[in-house]
Amino acid sequence: MSEIFDILLTASFWAATIRIASPLIFATLGELICERAGVLNLGIEGIMVIGAFTGWVAVYMGAPLWWGVMAAMTAGMVFGLLHATLTVPFGLSQHVVGLGVTLLATSTSYFTYRLMLPEVTSPPKIEPFQPLPIPGLSEIPLLGEALFSQTALTYAAFVLALVVALVLYRTPLGLALRAVGENPAAAAAQGLSVTGLRMGAVIVGSGLMAVGGSFLTLSAFSSFFFEMVNGRGWICIALVVFGAWRPGKAVLGAILFAAFDALQVRLQQTGIGAIVPYQVFLMLPFILSILALVIMSRRAEVPAALMQPFNKGER
Amino acid sequence: MTGTTKEARDIVLRLDGITKRFGPLVANDAISLTLARGEIIALLGENGAGKTTLMNILFGHYTADAGQVEVFGKLLPPGQPRAALAAGVGMVHQHFTLADHLTVTENILLGTQPLWQLGLGLGAARDKIARLSADFGLAVHPDAKVSALSVGERQRVEILKALYRDARILILDEPTAVLTPQETDALFETLKKAVARGLSIVFISHKLHEVMAVADRCLVLRHGKLVAERDTHQTSGAELAALMVGGAVPELSPSTAKPGAPLLMLNRVTTPDAEAAPGLKDVTLTLRAGEITGLAGVSGNGQAALSDLIGGLIRPQSGTLELAGATVAAWSAHDAILAGIARIPEDRHKTGTIADFSLTENAILERYREAPFSRKGWMNWGAAEGFARDIIQTYDVRCPGPDARIRLLSGGNMQKLILGRVLEPGPKVILANQPVRGLDIGAITFIHSRLIAARDAGAAVLLISEDLDEVLKLSDVVHVIYEGRLSPGFARGSMGPADLGLWMAGQGFDHAA
Amino acid sequence: MRLEPIANPSLARRIGLPVLALAMTVICGSLLALTAGADPFDTLRLIVVGAVGSKFALLETLNRATPLIFTGLAVAVAFRARLWNIGAEAQLYAGAIVTVLIGTGATGLPPLPLLLVTGIAAMFAGAAVLIPPVLLKTRLGVDEVVTTLLINFIMLLFVSYLLEGPMKDPAGMGWPKSTALAKEARLPRIVDGLRLHWGFALAILSAISVWVIQTRTTLGYEIRAVGLNAKAAKFAGIPVNGVLVKTALLSGGLAALAGYSEVAGLKGHLSLDLSPGFGYTGIIVAMLALLNPLGVIPSAIFVAGIFVGANSMSRAASVPTYIADMLLAIALLFMVLAILLTRYRVKRG
Repeated sequence: MSEIFDILLTASFWAATIRIASPLIFATLGELICERAGVLNLGIEGIMVIGAFTGWVAVYMGAPLWWGVMAAMTAGMVFGLLHATLTVPFGLSQHVVGLGVTLLATSTSYFTYRLMLPEVTSPPKIEPFQPLPIPGLSEIPLLGEALFSQTALTYAAFVLALVVALVLYRTPLGLALRAVGENPAAAAAQGLSVTGLRMGAVIVGSGLMAVGGSFLTLSAFSSFFFEMVNGRGWICIALVVFGAWRPGKAVLGAILFAAFDALQVRLQQTGIGAIVPYQVFLMLPFILSILALVIMSRRAEVPAALMQPFNKGER
Repeated sequence: MTGTTKEARDIVLRLDGITKRFGPLVANDAISLTLARGEIIALLGENGAGKTTLMNILFGHYTADAGQVEVFGKLLPPGQPRAALAAGVGMVHQHFTLADHLTVTENILLGTQPLWQLGLGLGAARDKIARLSADFGLAVHPDAKVSALSVGERQRVEILKALYRDARILILDEPTAVLTPQETDALFETLKKAVARGLSIVFISHKLHEVMAVADRCLVLRHGKLVAERDTHQTSGAELAALMVGGAVPELSPSTAKPGAPLLMLNRVTTPDAEAAPGLKDVTLTLRAGEITGLAGVSGNGQAALSDLIGGLIRPQSGTLELAGATVAAWSAHDAILAGIARIPEDRHKTGTIADFSLTENAILERYREAPFSRKGWMNWGAAEGFARDIIQTYDVRCPGPDARIRLLSGGNMQKLILGRVLEPGPKVILANQPVRGLDIGAITFIHSRLIAARDAGAAVLLISEDLDEVLKLSDVVHVIYEGRLSPGFARGSMGPADLGLWMAGQGFDHAA
Repeated sequence: MRLEPIANPSLARRIGLPVLALAMTVICGSLLALTAGADPFDTLRLIVVGAVGSKFALLETLNRATPLIFTGLAVAVAFRARLWNIGAEAQLYAGAIVTVLIGTGATGLPPLPLLLVTGIAAMFAGAAVLIPPVLLKTRLGVDEVVTTLLINFIMLLFVSYLLEGPMKDPAGMGWPKSTALAKEARLPRIVDGLRLHWGFALAILSAISVWVIQTRTTLGYEIRAVGLNAKAAKFAGIPVNGVLVKTALLSGGLAALAGYSEVAGLKGHLSLDLSPGFGYTGIIVAMLALLNPLGVIPSAIFVAGIFVGANSMSRAASVPTYIADMLLAIALLFMVLAILLTRYRVKRG
C-alpha cells in the first residue's frame, strides 16, 4: 500500500492524470452534448480515430498545430453529419449507425494512412504541443506542475467544460437542447426545430470527439499509429453515464478515471507489478468503466428521449 | 356559411380550402372557416373526423396539400410552427407537450428567446408568469418540476405557455378530456376571461354539453369534411350529435344487472408508488359476477396501479387478492390470464399489440404457450391462424387478412382484435382500461355492447375510464379513485357528475379514510 | 421532411432498394480505387477474382466465411430480441480458450465425442461471457452495448496473459501462441485434399437450426415479441428477462463456436490474431442478412469474399486492403437506409 501513497504524492503523477484526462474530457463532453439532445453516438470511437489521424496528417503536411486541431474537428463534424443525417431525420437505429460510423471512420483513417505512407515501418513524428507553464501559477509546489504546466490543448479542455456547462444551463440554446433530449414534442410545439437541434448537437459533439482524438497525436504522442484510441471512445460513453449527463461531474469522472490509469502505469514499475501480470493493470480502465456503469445505474437521470427518434408526421 | 353576429367584427383567422391526405386517407377535405375577435368557436366531430389534423395544419405541425391559412390578414407560411407562434397562435395540445424534468418556467420559456442569447432571464420570466397566473386564474408554482404537477396544473402550464407568448388566438384540443367537472368549470372561467380581453378561441371537443356551454358557434366535421355550421343558441345537442355521426346516434340501454357472487376481491391492498403515479392505498374492492363496476377519477390517481395489480403485473405490498374466495399466492401476468382475467390494456398500440406482428401472432400473444397453439415448445401456426380467423369473423375486425401486420389496422379494429383475444376464452373477470378512448362511435357502441353482453353472461367487469359520461352510462356500481384511495361504491343513479366530480377532486376522502 | 409508412411495399421496392444500396457501395468502391490511383474496373475485377476466381480462392473465402456465419448468427439472434450484443469478439475467444484447454489436455476420449464435448463446453464458455452484461441489463438497467464492448478489451488482455503465461507454447520461440491441439481434437476436412473443414458444415447446420428455432418454436416467437415490443410482451405474460437470458445463451454460444471452429478446424492453436475482428464483422453480416438466419450464410460469404478479394487485390494493385472495411461500413449504412426506405416514404412537411 505504501507504494500507492508514494505515487499519489508525486507531482508527475497528477500531471499525468490531467494529461490522460484531457482527450477523455473533450470526447466525453462531445458525447454528452449528443446524448443530452437525445442521440447516442456510438461513432465516438471511430471519430476519435479520424480526429487523431486528421490532426496528425495536417501537421505532418506542414500546417500549424492549431490548424491540425481545426482539421480534426472538421473531419469529426463530417462524420457527425453522416451520423446525424441517418439517425435524426431518418430515425435509423442509433446502435447500428453508430457502429457503422465507427467502422467507416476507422477504416477511412487506416486506408488514407496506408495510401499516404505505404512503405513506412516506424510511424513518422511531428512536433507536438509543448507544455505552456502559466506564469506564477506554475510555481506553486505540486499543484503548479500538476495543473499549470500542461499544454494549451489541456487548458482548452477545461475551458470547454465550463463553456458547455454554461451553455447547457444558462442559455436558451442549452434549454432547447435539454428539451429535445427530454421531450422532442414539447420543443416542436414551441416552434423549435427538433431535427435542427439534434443534428447540430451531433455534429458539434462529433467535432469535440475528434478534437479529443487529435489530442492523442498532437499533444500526448507525436505520431499516429493503428489501435491508438484503443477503446477510449467506449470509456467516454461510460463516463457520460457516470457523470449523470452533467458536464462538471463528467469532468470529475474523467479525472478520477485518468488517475487510476496513471496509477496503474506507475504500479507496474513497483513490487506489485512484479507479482501481478501487466495485463491485469491494462484491464483496470475497462473494469472500472463497467463498475462505474453499475454504480450509477440506479441513480442516473437519463435524458428521457435518449435513443428515441422523432418523426413529426407520426400519427 | 358565415354566422349572423360577426360580420361587424374583425376576422382574426381564416382557413381557406384546407386539404390534407395521409396516403389514401383524406383527413381534411377543402375545409374553410373564419374566427372573429373575442369569439369562441367549437370544432366538433368524432375521433378521426379530422379536427386535430386541421389544427395541426393551422399551427404548422403539418403542411397542407392545398389551401391556405390567414392570421390577422396575413398568410402564414406552411409547415412552420414558429411562424404560427409569432403570428399570435397558441395551441394547447390534447397530449401535453411538456418536458417532465424541466421546471414550469423553463417549459414556458422554451423557444421564446433567440437561441444564441446569453442568459435565460429567469427572474423577468417568473414575474410575467405570476402576472398572467393572477390575471387568468391559472395558479401554478413557477419553479416546480412538471413531473410533480397534477394533470389540471399541467394544463394550466400549457395555457400559460401560449399566453406568455402573447397569443391572440388559442386553440384547445380536447382540453376537458382529463379534467374533473369542477376543473372544467374553472377552465371555462379562464376562457371567458380570455375572450373578454379580446382573445379568440378554437375549442375542439366531442362533448356536446361542454360545447353548448362555452361556444358561440359550432362547426361540425365528419370524415374530413366540414358538414355544418350552427350558432350555438340556434341548435341543440341532439342536432349536433346527429350531424357528427351523420345519422341517428345509436342508443345503448343496458338492461338491469343481476349481480352474483364475488369473483375478485381486493382486501385492504396497498401497492408501492411508481415514478409519477401513486400506488394503491389500503384499497378494498369487490367485483361481482354479472355486474359492471366503474372506476372514475382523474388520470394518474392510481388507476395504473389497480389495473397492473389485477392484470398480474404487480403484487400487493400488503393486503390480499382473492379470486373466487381463495387468496392468491403466486401472481403474474401469466397467472392472471390462466385465472380467467381478460385484460384490455390502456394503450392498445404500446401495450396491447405488437405493431409489426401479424394479426395471427397478436391473437395468440397471451396463449401461445398452450395447446393447441403450441406443444412442447413447437408452434402450431395452423391453429393460431384459425383462432385469428375466428376473432376476425366474430368481432368484425376489418383487415386484409390474418397475415397482415396489425399496425395497418385502425384503432377500432385493433381494439376489436384485443377484445376477441381476451373474450373468446370465456373470462370470469374483465379488466377494461379505457376501452374506447380515441375510437369512433361505431366501434364504441360495439365494444360497449360486448362488455354488457359479457356481464349478462356472468362475468365481472371493471371499467376504468377518465370519461365520466362513459362510466355513468355503463356502470352498475361506481367507485372514485383519488391519490390511490378508493371511494365507497355508489349504485347506479345515486350520484350525478357534479357529486362524483367533488370526489374526483378529493373531497369526501377525509371522512372515508 | 417526414417519414410516412407504406402499407404494402411493392416487390420492386423491397428488392430494388437493397440492390441499389449494393450498387452505391460498388460506386463508392470505384471512387476509392480512383483516389488510390488505380483503375476502378481493374480493382473490382481483382477483388472478384481474388474472392471466387479459382478453387483456391473460393475455398479461402468459404474458410473465412465460416467464423463469420457463427458471429453473424450470434448477432442476428441477439439483435432480434433487441439485445445489443457487441461482444461476439470476446465470446469467440472464450470458445477458443476452452477448445484449447480441452484439446491440449489428455482426455482419453475418441475423436467424435471429444469434438462434441469440446463444442458444447465452448458454447457454455461463450454464453458465460455474455450472461453478466445481460443480467446487468435486466437487473440494473445497465446498457449492454457499452459493457459488451468493454468486455472485448478485457478478454483480449486475458488471452494475452494466458498466451504469455499458463497456456504458453514452450516451443513458440517467444511468439505468443498456445500449445497446439492434439490431433483427435481437430475438426477434420470435409473432403480429403480440399482445404475446407467440418466447421463450415457446422456453421450451415447452425444457421438452419437457428432458423427453425426462430420460426417454429415458442422461444423464437418469444424472442421476436420481446425484440419488437418488450412492453407488450411483458403485459402478455412473456417472461421478458428469461427470454433475454435464453437469447444470450444462444447468442454467446454461437459466437463461441466461431472460436471453436477456428481453433479446432483451421489454426490448431490459440493466438492473439485468431480473430481479425470476426465479432465486429458479424454485426455487418447480420445486418446485411436483415437478421435472417438463412440470409446470414450468403451474407457471410459475401463479406468474406470482400476481405479475401481485397487482400489479394492489394497485392497486385496499389489500393490498401483497408478498402474492404470501408466498403463494408458503406454497405452497412446504405443497407440500413435502404431497408428503412422500403417501409417508409420520405415526404416534405
